[in-house]
Amino acid sequence: MDFEPSEEQQLLIDQVRRFVREEIIPLEAKLDPDAAELEPADHARLVEKTKAMGLFGIDIPKEYGGPDIDIVTRVLLAIEMAQHRAGLYVPCYGTFGGAGLAQIFEANEDQKERYLYPTLRGEKKAFFGLTEPSGGSDPARAIQTRAERKDNGWVLNGAKIFISNADRAQYGIVFARTDAAKGRAGITCFLIDSDTPGFHVRRVVHTLRSSHYATELEFKDCWVSDHQVLGEVNKGFAVANDRLTRQRIPYAAGCIGVAIAAHEMAIEWAKMRSTFGEKLANRQAVQWMLVDNEIDIRTAKHFTLEAAEKARRGLPFRIEASIAKLTASEGGGRVVDRSMQIHGGMGMTKDLPLERWYREMRIRRVGEGPSEVQRMVIAREILGSNLR
Amino acid sequence: MSIRLRLDKPWRPLSTEEATRLPGQLGVYQVADAKGTVLFIGHAGGRSPFGLRSELQREASERGPGHQFRIEVNQQYRSRWFELLMVHKADHGSLPPDNAKNPPPNLGRLSPA
Repeated sequence: MDFEPSEEQQLLIDQVRRFVREEIIPLEAKLDPDAAELEPADHARLVEKTKAMGLFGIDIPKEYGGPDIDIVTRVLLAIEMAQHRAGLYVPCYGTFGGAGLAQIFEANEDQKERYLYPTLRGEKKAFFGLTEPSGGSDPARAIQTRAERKDNGWVLNGAKIFISNADRAQYGIVFARTDAAKGRAGITCFLIDSDTPGFHVRRVVHTLRSSHYATELEFKDCWVSDHQVLGEVNKGFAVANDRLTRQRIPYAAGCIGVAIAAHEMAIEWAKMRSTFGEKLANRQAVQWMLVDNEIDIRTAKHFTLEAAEKARRGLPFRIEASIAKLTASEGGGRVVDRSMQIHGGMGMTKDLPLERWYREMRIRRVGEGPSEVQRMVIAREILGSNLR
Repeated sequence: MSIRLRLDKPWRPLSTEEATRLPGQLGVYQVADAKGTVLFIGHAGGRSPFGLRSELQREASERGPGHQFRIEVNQQYRSRWFELLMVHKADHGSLPPDNAKNPPPNLGRLSPA
């Protein structure tokens, strides 16, 4: 496979790179080091710019009014969009639009009118409610939130945790068990309006990531009608699985972007900083750290583009997506760690973005399926699905 | 052990002298009037020169006597700040008056148990 960007891709890459360097980074310098949002006026101004660039709603398919961006190009742009302080979890502060995991293209026409189109227009926000206190890596078994039949609808009871944006969203995609005896074939996906009686956002869950925080939810006799079932009853696991597999590729790309930014800072610092009468760049210990950074970045980029290319061609890409997510999140963490080491004391401060990337990159080895689950997916593929 | 949802430490008088004794750490704080009505919820972030000390020194010099404060040292000052604002809104129906003048964009809502 040839991963060299085409002329058209390179033009887009250059455009987004300029946007990050000329628009995002100067504004970011004035914000709190842990900020996750721009001033509203700045955000609105930059959204107009991304619209003028033809890149607003970057994840929205063409048939729904989005730009015609294939997944390989999307990965290349995601790598660029992550190269600033907040870039790992809030690339370009959301000025390129999109709904992330909450895109509901399998919704029926009524649901599309009520949820999908307003979301794509930026009028509604959504959350993705999968993980529970009982676990997130194995949703087929861990989901304990129950939905029981009542009055031509469903009553939900249970809890969710580590759910981003639930306190700000107008609705969410929520997974609940509708048949206790059927394992993964007993899970249904519901669309829940956040003003539904019985739906509660109980608290902020404080983690290493102080910006773009997560929340804990409770469903207490929360009744919804049959019209709120997304897809088919007991077929919700496929909806979750599809989201998680597809999300692994751009998730990996974000890690690579931050790793590149950290690596570039380390190179620049090593060329400038002298200790004991010698530039850091002339010391083998530092050179080897930079070489290892380069190898980690190239490895992750290769596997992520390979996964994207397979997805673009319509080929199975589950194993490739797992390898991409694994190499990018683990390799990215090592790159940021080495870059901090090269910077010494300055690397630990909030004056530089490295400490934020270090904290947030640590989460990436767990979020969207931990490294161990990715290895399990790969092991199943190479050893056969009958493995016990 | 989870952290407490509400800031419920004892109030301390807001003065430059009292603020000078504070740590130079990151965290959140509340300022109240003499009766204990919360007027403002703030945070000392990564750009505060001396963290909570700087922020409360500024509050003391701007507000003058007759006020109280309490603090919580917290590295996750940003998510904690948002949480305290949302909890206050859930408890009282509105933000503290001095936050309401310039509310943070996209503040969410909580319904604490």
